[in-house]
Amino acid sequence: MLKLENISKTYNHRHEPLTVFDRISYEMLDGDFISIVGPSGSGKSTLLLMLGGMMSPSSGKVVIDGESIYDLPPNQRAEFRRQKIGFVFQTFNLVPYLSALENVQMPLFLAGLSEIEQKERATSVLERLGLGARLAHKPSELSVGQQQRVALARMLANDPTVVLADEPTGSLDPETSAQVMDFFEEINQEGRTVVIVTHDPSVARRAGKMLRLGDCKAPYDEQAPVWASVV
Amino acid sequence: MRLRKLVWKELFERKNQVVTGLLAILLGVTVIVAMRNITFYSEKAVAQELDALGANILVLPKSVTLQNYYSADIQGQEFPEEYVSRLANSNIQGVDNLSPKLAIPVQIDDRKFTLTGILPKSEFQAKSLWQGAGIFSRPTGCGTVANIPGLTPKDPKETLVRKRVIDTLNENEILVGADVAGALGVKANDNLSLLGKSFSVAAVLPQTGTVDDSRIFAHLHTVQQLSGKGKVLSVIEIVGCCDQISKGLVSKINHLLPETKVVTIGQIVDTQIKTNQMMSSLSLVFIAIIVLVGGAGIANYMYANVRERRREIGTLIALGAGSGFVLRMFLYKAILLGLVGGISGYLLGTLLALLLGPRIAGIAVLPMPTLIIWALMISVIIAVSASYFPARSAARLDPCTTLQEI
Ligand SMILES: Nc1ncnc2c1ncn2[C@@H]1O[C@H](COP(=O)(O)OP(=O)(O)O)[C@@H](O)[C@H]1O
Ligand SMILES: [Mg+2]
Repeated sequence: MLKLENISKTYNHRHEPLTVFDRISYEMLDGDFISIVGPSGSGKSTLLLMLGGMMSPSSGKVVIDGESIYDLPPNQRAEFRRQKIGFVFQTFNLVPYLSALENVQMPLFLAGLSEIEQKERATSVLERLGLGARLAHKPSELSVGQQQRVALARMLANDPTVVLADEPTGSLDPETSAQVMDFFEEINQEGRTVVIVTHDPSVARRAGKMLRLGDCKAPYDEQAPVWASVV
Repeated sequence: MRLRKLVWKELFERKNQVVTGLLAILLGVTVIVAMRNITFYSEKAVAQELDALGANILVLPKSVTLQNYYSADIQGQEFPEEYVSRLANSNIQGVDNLSPKLAIPVQIDDRKFTLTGILPKSEFQAKSLWQGAGIFSRPTGCGTVANIPGLTPKDPKETLVRKRVIDTLNENEILVGADVAGALGVKANDNLSLLGKSFSVAAVLPQTGTVDDSRIFAHLHTVQQLSGKGKVLSVIEIVGCCDQISKGLVSKINHLLPETKVVTIGQIVDTQIKTNQMMSSLSLVFIAIIVLVGGAGIANYMYANVRERRREIGTLIALGAGSGFVLRMFLYKAILLGLVGGISGYLLGTLLALLLGPRIAGIAVLPMPTLIIWALMISVIIAVSASYFPARSAARLDPCTTLQEI
């Protein structure tokens, strides 16, 4: 279970406080498939980073499997990310000087697996994504769709229970984008919680639940973020 | 994947930047290794020449220059041989041995050598005039090498090499330095014609690593005759008793022979020692410079590298890397850079020393493996300390800002 308890987040933007979230609470169940939509600047990425143990809220708690993750010391939080969280980014963020295989090995390497185990696991995950023939290719030698699949393989490598994707189809054509969504459905069916940030209504509709965030660029006292969930 | 592999791959990806970042440290280590190497062999050469020489005081013509000690006696100036007897008959204490010499240039098959006339000890002692002085009847003093029982005595001809004293030498005999023998292809009992006179080679002297190797020694009187200059000398080498030297032996001799220049070895090799000292302090200056410039080069490169890899660092943190891992990754890289800089600096510096040693210091230089430890230490310490702050800034990067900026 993934719980946001009374979360507030205030950025310091050029010495001006900018409140993105103000005392919101939300609960995701294991195996949920949730899309987060909202205009640019509404705090979608912020929410995702907070869920993934990357950014602490100004106040409130993020509780995953009964553990308040921002009460953990940084090292244990890193450990927690290694074991439970899988991130996917719009720009893929592959390490440019490593091959596809080596990129997928990275989370396994960070988790302390031996080199042989890393290679075995990474190869099988890449094969699952249809990249068995591209193991030695560098990101620059792959098409955009292939790059995103390497990123998906890297996310899946450490067998995460929570998958957090920030606009994973944002730079893909509709066809590839649909394939990627098939993949998210597939891993959701395996019992993983999947949270996808997206601009694309057709992508958002494929999720079981939808969170809509409001525009936080307007002065805070005029408009509180819209916080709605659609089943 | 392992940390080492990860760091190597990144280094190779940006080779050119690495080379630029390392340039200052590399050049610095190169210069230090080269200077240390040359200095070491030049000091060793001085020590060797001194040792081979045996004598510690020289009586030279007044006008010679002392730029190069080893050629002080071949500057074509002479003084009368009579000075030897003046010295021998004086009451000066602490002269253990006298060795009058006359050096003249000779040419054999277009090659230039130095023919040095020496006086064998037998004749020296036989001269009734000098016997009275009792220099050689005195018990052996502090300047002579004592015979140690149990050690096989050296070939008597070899004592020239060690002590500059030779017991016997006939009028038509010569001793040939190792290099001369090598160059001319002569061996013992061969005949050799010099300045129109035929000599028989009494012995080829063993290699000493000094200028003696390119000299030919003959009887003093023969050389005087061949030079046509009469009874003259170009140098008197004196083995002086060390404590007498400090009690003013030099000034006493100077007083006795006012027409000459009396110098101690110490004074003569002073210039050479000074050069070596200058090299040493210069290399200290160089160390200071590379610590600053090399360190700045590395720090600059590292900061740029961290900036360039912000997104990568943010991604690694999202994948579960802690700040400790990021710090280790950059410090490991710093160590690798230090090793690369140290090893290539050592290799380049050694090469430089081998090439320049014979040219600027006139000595043969061999590689010194111990210097690699110094090179590595200097280079690694600089690279790691210069990288510490960039590495720490990487470890403290806020992963969110690096992931949010597109
Ligand atoms: N590191 C930051 N410092 C200051 N303001 C930030 C920072 N990150 C995001 N913001 C601001 O917070 C708001 C939400 O940002 P973000 O979560 O990236 O929105 P979204 O992903 O929905 O476009 C935006 O107004 C943005 O300018
Ligand atoms: Mg965003």
